[in-house]
Amino acid sequence: MNFDLSEEHKMIRETVREFAEREIKPVAQELDEKAEFSYPLTKRMGELGLFGMYLPEKYGGQGSDILSYIIAVEEIARIDGSQAATLAAHNSLGIGPLYYFGTDEQRMKYLPQLCSGEALWSFGLTEPGAGSDSRGSKTTVELINKEWVINGSKIFITNGASDISVGSTVQAVSTMPDGSKTFTTIIVESNTPGFKRVSMHNKMMWRASDTAELFFDDCRVPEENLLGTVGQGSKIMLATLDAGRLSIAAMGLGAAQGAYELALSYAKERKQFGQPISKFQINAFKLADMAMKIELARNLLYKACWLKDEGRAYGLEAAMSKLYCSEIAKEVADEAVQIHGGYGLMKDYAVERFYRDQRLLQIGEGTSEIQRLVISRHIGC
Amino acid sequence: MKILVLIGNVPDTTTKVKFNADKTAFDANGVQWIINPWDELALTRALELKETADSCIESIVVANVGRVETESTLRKALAVGADEAIRVDADPKDAFYVASQLAQVAIGFDLIFAGIEASDYNGAAVGGMLAELLAIQSVSAVSGIQLENGSLKINREIDGGSQTLAMNLPLLAIVQKGIAKEPRIPAMRGIMMARSKKLTVATPIEVEPLTSILSFELPAPKASCKLVAEDQAKELIRLLHEEAKVL
Ligand SMILES: Cc1cc2nc3c(=O)[nH]c(=O)nc-3n(C[C@H](O)[C@H](O)[C@H](O)COP(=O)(O)OP(=O)(O)OC[C@H]3O[C@@H](n4cnc5c(N)ncnc54)[C@H](O)[C@@H]3O)c2cc1C
Repeated sequence: MNFDLSEEHKMIRETVREFAEREIKPVAQELDEKAEFSYPLTKRMGELGLFGMYLPEKYGGQGSDILSYIIAVEEIARIDGSQAATLAAHNSLGIGPLYYFGTDEQRMKYLPQLCSGEALWSFGLTEPGAGSDSRGSKTTVELINKEWVINGSKIFITNGASDISVGSTVQAVSTMPDGSKTFTTIIVESNTPGFKRVSMHNKMMWRASDTAELFFDDCRVPEENLLGTVGQGSKIMLATLDAGRLSIAAMGLGAAQGAYELALSYAKERKQFGQPISKFQINAFKLADMAMKIELARNLLYKACWLKDEGRAYGLEAAMSKLYCSEIAKEVADEAVQIHGGYGLMKDYAVERFYRDQRLLQIGEGTSEIQRLVISRHIGC
Repeated sequence: MKILVLIGNVPDTTTKVKFNADKTAFDANGVQWIINPWDELALTRALELKETADSCIESIVVANVGRVETESTLRKALAVGADEAIRVDADPKDAFYVASQLAQVAIGFDLIFAGIEASDYNGAAVGGMLAELLAIQSVSAVSGIQLENGSLKINREIDGGSQTLAMNLPLLAIVQKGIAKEPRIPAMRGIMMARSKKLTVATPIEVEPLTSILSFELPAPKASCKLVAEDQAKELIRLLHEEAKVL
């Protein structure tokens, strides 16, 4: 057994950390405050090769493994949840399904542009009436005169409505020839008539990331825009969510690491009763617990990545990582605010942003309750 | 034209410096290593020169003297864009020793960049020594370098102004900050490619260092600070007289 990261993984961590500290950190608070999506930072992430990292070079990727990508998300999230959201959603939800289930023609058509950071892509699964229960989907798709006709709507779709969001992979209900209902996944480009995208405002967290509502009103796309095969929708969704869970976990791990570092340095600086507050055992033990939880979270997540990189089953470990990393992010951010006292509640202190941003992680891409459901099924309950 | 950039492997600038028990050596335990900041800027400038439209630069080679652990620092230089790397497999004992080792591998280059100093021992000697050993001209405190139609223009910051020089090749330029704006962040593609770029390990030559280290001392801890209220000027003057004894 070997716990050492490779030379390359270490260099990726250092590089992404340097980028995040140098280019994201100085603007994170302002972007959050103004709820502004950052086109320049998205472009920079593309230039550095953070989009489609695990794709072959042929499609504009870097040919890295999954762990490299996860380390990159972790390092961005250590500084800013919003940019990490743009990165993780575009990679796992935007690029992922097109790469894993697209034909070579579809891949060549979309992926190079999506890997460059010039354009974003989203994954439309959630609907107003179908959240955890994604099978409750009401959006329909029907093949009429060699065109797919889509009707319905989607909600909370990350990267769905920015100026550079060029399309969405949409899951909809289709009817098989025998009359049974099934799920089918369709590629919809943003400029398609009948497809409307509306940005959702006033989020508590990830304020500098783009979240959208998508509306389909007799939206017609060519027959070749089918992703995978008719009826493969559920499989595409489950595979996408398994992979997506690793990146949500990475965001939890990064957020926990970031909040912990803020708390540790504040506790060493802040003096009360004549000594740094880190010297009071209750604070020191809180920090010790944070360090331990982060270590556990990292080991669990990296193991899940390793399983995926080895081509082995990783669904159980992905669900565990998503659940554990997101829950410790909550615990660590909460105690990190506590250690900051009143200052932790002020926007001048980044820890406040971490406290808000982590809250999505126990909800998005399968709530904590749903992760427990997934895990309990895996272990045979 | 070929450029060589010397790459020092130094502790991260935020490292808490410690020494071994008898205070004769730096304690490298748990230290994060980086490219010497001046060398990183020199490499950045070399890459910029190579990328200009009418560039006549075929390759940029980076070299250091160090053990196998320093290869990750060289790989980073390759990830940023250097074409190949050379590592002379020896402990960098002192400036003369390092310059002598580098002199064996620094042959056939038109332009050599050395940082004005390294952020670990701040010796500021390797560049000048290497130029002497190679018997080529050198110029120090270079803060700007332009290459136009094969001729070199060098800027130096000097006391109260700056100086512009025209220089011939081959040349060893000892550079200071200002040579490039900011070091580059390697792209993922660069990191992936670094793995397959050539890294040659050279055997060191026999040479005696000119210095030996007797001991290291950490600076005295900062004395605690006394605050004097703003309306207590007299008290401040008394303290400066009687306690600090600076007046
Ligand atoms: C900022 C943001 C970005 C998002 N990005 C995307 C995206 O890009 N693409 C996309 O498709 N979706 C996206 N989502 C949607 C997200 O995945 C859903 O919000 C999530 O799956 C939960 O669905 P819901 O909000 O409808 O909650 P509900 O499903 O209504 O859940 C409400 C509560 O009930 C609990 N619950 C539900 N069912 C069960 C059960 N069987 N057992 C026990 N408890 C249960 C849940 O755990 C939760 O606590 C995003 C959401 C947000 C907020």
